[in-house]
Amino acid sequence: MSEHVSAYVSQRELPRLPAPRSEAGLIATLRKNLFATPYDSVVTIVLGIFVVWLAWNLIEWGILTAVFTGANREACVPAEGQVIGACWAFVNAKMGQFIYGLYPVAERWRIDLVHLLLVVFAVPLAIPSVPWKRLNALLLFAVYPIVALVLMTGGDFGIGGGWISFLFAIAAFVAIAVAGTSLQVSERYVRIATWLATAAIIVLFASNIVRSESFRVLGFEFTALSLVSTLLAFGSVAASVAASVTNNQRLKVLVAPVVMLAVILFLSADFGLREVPTHLWGGLSLTLVVAITGIAASLPLGILLALGRRSHLPAIKLLSIIFIEFWRGVPLITVLFMSAFMIPLLLPDGVTFNNLLRALIGVALFSAAYLAEVIRGGLQAIQKGQFEGAQALGLSYWQMMRFIIMPQALKLVIPGIVNSFISMFKDTSLVYIIGLADLLGTVRRGFADPAWITPSTAATGLVFAGFVYWVFCFGMSRYSQFIERRLETGHRR
Amino acid sequence: MKNLVKTLLGASIIALSAMPASAATLDDVKKAGTLRCGVNTGLPGFGYQGDDGEWLGFDVDYCRAVAAAVFDGDGTKVQFTPLSAVQRFPALQNNEVDLLARNTTWTMNRDTALGLNFVGVNYYDGQGFMVRKDLDVTSALQLSGATVCVQSGTTTELNLTDYFRSNNMEFQPVVIESQNDVNTAYEQGRCDVLTTDASGLYASRLELANPDEHVVLPEIISKEPLGPLVRQGDEQWFDIVKWVHFGLLNAEELGVNQDNVDEMVNSENPDVRRLLGQDGNFGADVGLTNDWMVKVIKAVGNYGEIFDRNIGPDTPLKIQRGLNALWTKGGLQYAPPVR
Repeated sequence: MSEHVSAYVSQRELPRLPAPRSEAGLIATLRKNLFATPYDSVVTIVLGIFVVWLAWNLIEWGILTAVFTGANREACVPAEGQVIGACWAFVNAKMGQFIYGLYPVAERWRIDLVHLLLVVFAVPLAIPSVPWKRLNALLLFAVYPIVALVLMTGGDFGIGGGWISFLFAIAAFVAIAVAGTSLQVSERYVRIATWLATAAIIVLFASNIVRSESFRVLGFEFTALSLVSTLLAFGSVAASVAASVTNNQRLKVLVAPVVMLAVILFLSADFGLREVPTHLWGGLSLTLVVAITGIAASLPLGILLALGRRSHLPAIKLLSIIFIEFWRGVPLITVLFMSAFMIPLLLPDGVTFNNLLRALIGVALFSAAYLAEVIRGGLQAIQKGQFEGAQALGLSYWQMMRFIIMPQALKLVIPGIVNSFISMFKDTSLVYIIGLADLLGTVRRGFADPAWITPSTAATGLVFAGFVYWVFCFGMSRYSQFIERRLETGHRR
Repeated sequence: MKNLVKTLLGASIIALSAMPASAATLDDVKKAGTLRCGVNTGLPGFGYQGDDGEWLGFDVDYCRAVAAAVFDGDGTKVQFTPLSAVQRFPALQNNEVDLLARNTTWTMNRDTALGLNFVGVNYYDGQGFMVRKDLDVTSALQLSGATVCVQSGTTTELNLTDYFRSNNMEFQPVVIESQNDVNTAYEQGRCDVLTTDASGLYASRLELANPDEHVVLPEIISKEPLGPLVRQGDEQWFDIVKWVHFGLLNAEELGVNQDNVDEMVNSENPDVRRLLGQDGNFGADVGLTNDWMVKVIKAVGNYGEIFDRNIGPDTPLKIQRGLNALWTKGGLQYAPPVR
């Protein structure tokens, strides 16, 4: 078949020409994006002038007329006719306090180590290509908090019998749950284990009400009833072990109690670290403690509350709604005030409860309520078919949530979750009003030092604090966008 | 209004708590090994932190003085608890601090209704006026016709109106919401006079571009007697803190200071001998050692030294003694004798 080509069709490919000058290059880009219409040109010029003016003022204030070194306010007090911008010397002099608060200077390496460990554990977890995610998560979420707690406080907690029996009772219930998942399990022993663990909890309550003489067992302080409670919890664990027939199961059952034992021993061990009470904590390290604890505690709690609110069990649903609506209806300042002033009044005489811990619990519960609603929004976006499909596969409720629903729902609401985290990070500065000095608090306390009061001290300190907050919040925001893009599967517009 | 809220808050907290007054604070403090002292979160010259995080200030030195009296001269055994204005009374009532030295105004309500006791007045504060030096004003009575910057909704505004009216003077108020903005307005020249509590005026002055071009007038038009507080119900502890305060004043009056206290122990003056524990049994009567005042003065100096070190003319604040001069020098500071 001979090729018949019309005469007006070119026989060869024409050489490619460069784009017309009006369509390519810097000038074209500028014209297209900034000066396309007269209106665009006016907007560009006005905004351009504003940006240049702003940038010039910032540079002039922050660099050109700023004071970078000096021992006290004399350096930053303007001489006759002189204009002085930022007083970075103030930030420089107080930097130790801004980061560590009143933490003793000789012990500050412990805070450094805590921060370093956080980076070492968190950064590999955040980078998708780094292997050993499971081990890494275990280190970050289980081992790190306890190590950080011991490093920051100094450890050597006098853990009493009440706490020991409480922790072992929890471990006993976990062991029962683990044993219960096995098929070859002795129902009778599981029932015995459940009864023993319940009895341990009841006796524990009784031991808190009945006051009695305490004595030491293996170096720990027990009352008679808390010792009984602990022994009951041990008995429950033993029954769980007996209930699991296969060897493999037996080991699994023992994991929770052994971990609990390790935690108790670690927390009560004396590492020779000097005790640093929490009223000395402050600055950026306190901000991070409050923010990270709040974030880490509120996400799982928020997921549970969101599930609870959509539960078909009326009691759980009602309790979740009451909890969420209560905490959402109260301002954080009120929560903090209540934690600082009301809780001590409600506690029995002589029982003290750490001020920082009270604030931490308040912040965590508060942000959990907000997160619950964000996550519920994600849950509502999942079609019914997903639930039914999961159920048709024979998945249990928790399996369905874990493998089918939550991965989709959480992905959908990443912006909302990160929004909550960012606003909580900034809200941590409210702890200032209950006498805790976070980053902003230490900066503001610095203003009261007569050796540094100048016309520019306050502005400099606040700009510095604002910048530090911005760095953290912007980092969170960028990382969330990275994760969004990575998990993006077919929702992109 | 702010005071009303504070009072209500304080009163409601009292109503809720059964006020278990722990009897022997001195024993508790000795047992704990530290004095728990409530201080301001940050007030220039009175309670603040230095570059290395150490607590400094006029009120802070009162904490150290009491610690020195209790712990045999060791003024460092203090645990400072920074407290906000609303926190201070509950913290003392709930036994979270043993002593509150936080520039607190002594009022009848606070003294009687909150279950607290003021031990004395360590600083006579009150509303004052600051003007530009080039106005050549030397007395507040020359301020007729002036524009005055004042914070809105405070007793400061009321006092101002009353003062000008009772002296038959005219003035134009420039009422502004926050104290920071009041200072800015004054700096920008929107008013001739800035008014707030005198101790605050001196701090505000430091934030002005040229502090030396402004002067605080001598008149004080309201009563804001500031002093330390303790819980009611422990007379011994009340006496200890009260007499540490009186001891500091007496020491200044008798010329005993940080440098000469060791020589003054051998003084012939019976007043000095009693104060420093050479005669009598005065320290032991309140549960301390007889040479308690020697320890206190070695640790922090006498009242005048505390004043000069933290807020006096040689500090950036440059506060004059004024009402806080000893009674022998035309001020109000007067202590009962050690006898």
